Amino acid sequence: MSLPGLIEWLGSTPWSVALHESRYAFLVVLAVHVLTLAVFVGTAVMIDLRLLGIMMTRVPASEVVSRLMPWTSAGLGVMIASGALLFYAAPLLRYENIFFRLKMAALVLAIANAWFFHRSVYRRVAEWDLDAVPPRQARLVGAVSLALWAVIITAGRMMAYQDYWFN
Amino acid sequence: MTLLEFCRWIQYSAPLVELRSSPWAFPVIATVHLMGLAVIGGAVLLVDLRLLGFGLQRQPAALVVRDAEKWLLRGLAVTIPTGLLLFMCFATKYYYLWFFWVKLAALVLVVAFTFSIRRRVAMADAGRTSPLERRVVALVSLSLWTTVALGGRYIGFP
Repeated sequence: MSLPGLIEWLGSTPWSVALHESRYAFLVVLAVHVLTLAVFVGTAVMIDLRLLGIMMTRVPASEVVSRLMPWTSAGLGVMIASGALLFYAAPLLRYENIFFRLKMAALVLAIANAWFFHRSVYRRVAEWDLDAVPPRQARLVGAVSLALWAVIITAGRMMAYQDYWFN
Repeated sequence: MTLLEFCRWIQYSAPLVELRSSPWAFPVIATVHLMGLAVIGGAVLLVDLRLLGFGLQRQPAALVVRDAEKWLLRGLAVTIPTGLLLFMCFATKYYYLWFFWVKLAALVLVVAFTFSIRRRVAMADAGRTSPLERRVVALVSLSLWTTVALGGRYIGFP
């Protein structure tokens, strides 16, 4: 089965139709998705600002990362779960949405960026833990991450306007 | 002039009519508003998680609170002007939505609470506030901010 075929089938399943037509369930999922944005992106931004050396500069970088990252990860879990439900409610509409595709691409890059950080410069964190301004590589990770959050938020908001703008 | 007339006057004033005629102005302002929300979320959590015992517990409170407050104010400096613009675009619509007024009241309350009671409790030395008191303060802060954010989502539907 092709991807569009699969997505069309997904949209025809009873639960997808029910969620799409529900009056409150969809709104609740949407509210959870937006609320969790504050937790997920909020804690991620705080970490990024520490990596850039412009916030909590007197706090060891490893402490900021280890204390906040669990909340970022938990937030990501809720974001993906609620986001998957929002996708499930109208699979074809989302799949065909250019901003949705952009958002997913940026999300993959953001996760790859965080993964790269843990595999590279964060391994040597003991060497720069107390530096107010972390090494170049860490700052770069922070800057790329901030830029990607901005793209993800923008694309997410713009998804609602594709029809309005292009059709 | 009643409040409703005032809302109508703003919404149909020349600059706002001009702003609404642009297909992308409202979405772009809403996006910037959301980015500000993320910054506020992070800054609020930094202090509330610490009050709940899940945050940067090894750091002096004053250090965490001051840094967080600075970014909270920056977040507000983004969300309040953008929020005002969003309101003015469809002022008469929001006038009739009760959740809009709940959101506004919660915002005023939480800002007042943050810079008075919450700051005092968060900055107090460990022995001078009870864990229960700290938890209650964090939960009040988180519930009010949640109300503000939820209000924002629910008034956004056509």
